[in-house]
Amino acid sequence: MALQIFAYILHKDGVIDDTALEMVAAAGKIDPSASLTAIVVGSKTDAVCNNLVASFKEVWKIDNDALSYPNSEVIRGLLTRVIPKGGIVLFALDPFGMDIGPGLSIKLEGAYVPDAVDFDGIEGGKLKAVRQEYSGQVSAHVLCDISGGAVITIRPGAFRAVDTGAVGGTVIDKTADTMIGGLPGGARRYVEVVQAEVGDVDITKSEILVSVGRGIGEQENIDIIKELAKAVGGDVSCSRPIVDAKWLEKSRQVGTSGQTVKPKVYMALGISGSFQHLGGIKGSPFMVVVNKNPKAPIFQVADIGVVEDLLEFVPLLTEKINEMK
Amino acid sequence: MEILVCVKRVPDTAENEISVNSSGSDIERGDLVYSVNEWDNYAVEEAIQIRDKVGGSVTVVSVGDAESEEVLRREMAMGADKGILLSDDAFAGSDGKGLAAILKAEIVKGKYDLVFTGAQADDGAGQIGGMLAAMLDWPYASLVNRIEVLDDKKIKIGREIAGGNQEINEIDLPCVLSIQTGINEPRYVGIRGIRKVASVEIPVHSASELGLKADSVGKTSAKVSRVDYFVPALGKGAELLEGSIEEKVEKLIELLKSKGGIK
Repeated sequence: MALQIFAYILHKDGVIDDTALEMVAAAGKIDPSASLTAIVVGSKTDAVCNNLVASFKEVWKIDNDALSYPNSEVIRGLLTRVIPKGGIVLFALDPFGMDIGPGLSIKLEGAYVPDAVDFDGIEGGKLKAVRQEYSGQVSAHVLCDISGGAVITIRPGAFRAVDTGAVGGTVIDKTADTMIGGLPGGARRYVEVVQAEVGDVDITKSEILVSVGRGIGEQENIDIIKELAKAVGGDVSCSRPIVDAKWLEKSRQVGTSGQTVKPKVYMALGISGSFQHLGGIKGSPFMVVVNKNPKAPIFQVADIGVVEDLLEFVPLLTEKINEMK
Repeated sequence: MEILVCVKRVPDTAENEISVNSSGSDIERGDLVYSVNEWDNYAVEEAIQIRDKVGGSVTVVSVGDAESEEVLRREMAMGADKGILLSDDAFAGSDGKGLAAILKAEIVKGKYDLVFTGAQADDGAGQIGGMLAAMLDWPYASLVNRIEVLDDKKIKIGREIAGGNQEINEIDLPCVLSIQTGINEPRYVGIRGIRKVASVEIPVHSASELGLKADSVGKTSAKVSRVDYFVPALGKGAELLEGSIEEKVEKLIELLKSKGGIK
């Protein structure tokens, strides 16, 4: 029997997430002959479902007012009731996918492949997937026994979205099937979402960003970054470890858990370049990297690389720019 | 509050250049500096702070070989009350599910209210906490960056979602949480602190002591296994500036000027 693949669709306020069509691509790489079903969970999802039939042959709708905010404990229970034995369920690797994926794989008694960035076909009932380890410094092939089904999280942006054009699929309402036995979960209850604080500088509007990462070493060294930003007329931004250490405010963090920026020039100083960080940089800026570790993944995506200790390089750069002015 | 924190000894990626060995079977481990997984360190700090506020104890547990003991000892120097090492040749080659099964076997022997893992470790999988919770039928939340104990039955947690926003949930005990970095500021552990706990005995539990059948964990039961490591064929990659540091500065200034990088 052909493989059945299910793609869990992220949507918010009626807008379908970019990862929906990336999952079409991922499913095609797992097994081009597999059937592909989109799963939409939420409340008032008709518009989302009706848009998805252009790209998916089958769209499962699970719609209930109690599902207006995605609670992974509830949704895991619902999916466990309807995913057939041996099914492969894809999630985007985001805070929801990370929340639901591992536990669902246990409940479905399938394998779990986290954060897949590519697939290399199926050999003897085993799916070959590509992952990254050690902060993206090396990649690994993993073999996954999918005979009993699997849950796979897909890294956003890793698969190029495929728009198959008018597939002309149908929407199937699965709500009743998933609700047999009532709403699952209950031990974890959604309360509210607290919006991020607004900072003194809006880095989403900056044209030049001088961004600092863990390579800065000590808090007092941040000053050399501020001086460079001043010299070039840009703003200071940073990667996650700097905010974790409370050396700069959260509103200056670039990345999926921080701000999405679209500058003309992005200078990454002492930043290794996790995919979460890179996910916050849009609009293909001219990217300059200074890092003493030539293996840092950020060199792969930058335009210009400088392999130097930023503590030496940056003050010299600032000095020369200021002399020139 | 009885709190268990699962910790792992990992190569420190901030201190090491990770490269693949010649056969691709592993990374080069010769000169690696190891430490406790960064996320786990935040989890231990959080557990200690909760204990200090509401009472109880903090136990740190690791699945690994004898060398993982140093990591347990470090976390005990931070303030954890107890360490347990889960170690057996039969554990080698376990996938996430196998590791979760090993940890579950230890957890059900105790009476814990809270079990913490780091949000992820060196392999970036972020899977153990969610699996463990599902196996125990306990509630779970990932990427937790705030914890408030409400009473002995429930806690309030914040978890990190996109755009720097925070999702607030109430969650019943016992539960499993994966802890995100930034939730607190882990305390410094000095050499004196480590010396203090140097002779504390750390019990080692094997598969049979945990009541685990050899075929339920380890390589044979693993559905997911690593075949090899490789360095991906790079895209275009950055143009690396060459020369002395002064020459690099000169070249970079010219480039920045031409791209509007100097106002």
